[in-house]
Amino acid sequence: MREELFMAGTGGQGVLLAGQVLAQAVMEKDLNVSWFPIYSPEVRGGTTTCTLVITDGLLGSPITGHPTTMLLMDGRAVDQHLARIAPQGLAVVNMTLAPRLPSLPDVKIVTIPATDIAITLGSERTANMVMLGAYVALHPVVEIDELAAALDVLLPERHRKYLQLNVRALQAGADAAQQAT
Amino acid sequence: MSKRVLLRGNEATAEGAIAAGCRFFFGYPITPQNKIPEYMAQHLPEVGGVYLQAESELAAINMVYGAAAAGARVMTSSSSPGISLMQEGLSYIVGAEVPCVVVNMVRGGPGLGNIGPAQSDYWLATRGAGHGDGRCLTYAPYSVQELYDWVGKAFEIAERYRAPVMILADAILAQMMEPCRLRPRAEPPPLDKPWTIGGDSSTRHRNIINSLYVDHDEMEEVNRRIQARYQQAMRDDLYYVESGADDPEILVVAYGISARVCETAVERANQAGVRCRLLRPISLFPFPSARLAEWAAQVRRILVVELSMGQFVEDVRLAVEGRCPVELLNRTGGNVVTPEDVTTKLLDMAAERPGRNE
Repeated sequence: MREELFMAGTGGQGVLLAGQVLAQAVMEKDLNVSWFPIYSPEVRGGTTTCTLVITDGLLGSPITGHPTTMLLMDGRAVDQHLARIAPQGLAVVNMTLAPRLPSLPDVKIVTIPATDIAITLGSERTANMVMLGAYVALHPVVEIDELAAALDVLLPERHRKYLQLNVRALQAGADAAQQAT
Repeated sequence: MSKRVLLRGNEATAEGAIAAGCRFFFGYPITPQNKIPEYMAQHLPEVGGVYLQAESELAAINMVYGAAAAGARVMTSSSSPGISLMQEGLSYIVGAEVPCVVVNMVRGGPGLGNIGPAQSDYWLATRGAGHGDGRCLTYAPYSVQELYDWVGKAFEIAERYRAPVMILADAILAQMMEPCRLRPRAEPPPLDKPWTIGGDSSTRHRNIINSLYVDHDEMEEVNRRIQARYQQAMRDDLYYVESGADDPEILVVAYGISARVCETAVERANQAGVRCRLLRPISLFPFPSARLAEWAAQVRRILVVELSMGQFVEDVRLAVEGRCPVELLNRTGGNVVTPEDVTTKLLDMAAERPGRNE
């Protein structure tokens, strides 16, 4: 098993944290994982990506030219990255912020209104967890409660009050993905 | 075995140093290695150590020089432009024959460049240590776990040869997170060694730490002593790892992050029926020239992959001495070579089939 997951969005959307939560949960399952970020110097609003490689063997390259899965948070991420997804790849797209999609015959695209769902739950900023929840529903490398346990490890003290909100966002994303497919 | 924790390469480097008994860190901020000083600032006080942000890289490396002269386990870290600024101090450290560890998380260059990953400080590391005949014993880990492990080994090597050791990595290894197994933190070794300065002449021998040798013969003798240590390191502290086919037609040579990329590419090429082997030097100086020469006499071709315009490939060619063709696949400026790039290149090389004796 070798999963090459690429996540992209805009600084402030929580792409890096979502990737770290998944990496932490995967590590706890005794799989190998790497998390590799690229972000521009802006504090908010720059492009942000991270790549996770998940395997049950030797990890090898943490870099990939053609990720097998993409989580894309907005239209800019779709425009910049979707074209290089691997054939038969899976793309999960936040359709609230990326309403128009190119047609790629070889790619499975699942659209989730992640930002709308997050706003309904009470915080737009949980759209990252909605997307992550959708991903694990479609590609069950870890369970929602394992992501919740990872969040428990990673959330800094000042953000602990948001733990339950984030877990609800994960579950809402998983539910939305199941409805969408 | 200890539990795995998810750490950035920078954090693992800093914790690895503390675990190895490093108690002094002097540095100046620069991306992409800022998590090292940040970690040191937070955690060195827990073990009674000293973290100090210097006013410049020049000051930082000279503070390292001072602490090293007193026998302390001391390190600094920086990234490419900052390492350039440290060259004068490094030369003095070589001349004064004191041990220290310098971490270089290489970024895109030349000049101010960018904060992307690069391997374009290969010459600076392996030939560097400023002016004079000195060099840095240079080690290139390729994972977060290896960063943690090798920074500890680097202190032992530095002290064995009374010389600066450079840990050479890049913006990806610095910033990526991987699971890492940690050891309990060790106590530092005693400060007092036969050559250290301690400031108390009533209870101990007097030493002078200096790199000024007015007498030409004396300077030459120092140079010969330093070179003899490099020769010993070639015998005792040469490290490389090989993987892949046992009877390769193509040998791939890469270090650090490029070797990670090549590991996956070599696996895929072997699955596609092209017999490939990866030779990954961990020690860049000393360089595994003899091992490369052995392979050069057996394989059809060699592929070197690096994130620079062709620095590492020169050492490979010097070792190969024309025994077989050596090709270079590279990206620079913060760009990376992907496993797909390397696999395609290997399949092309196998299909072309020219090479030795053809």
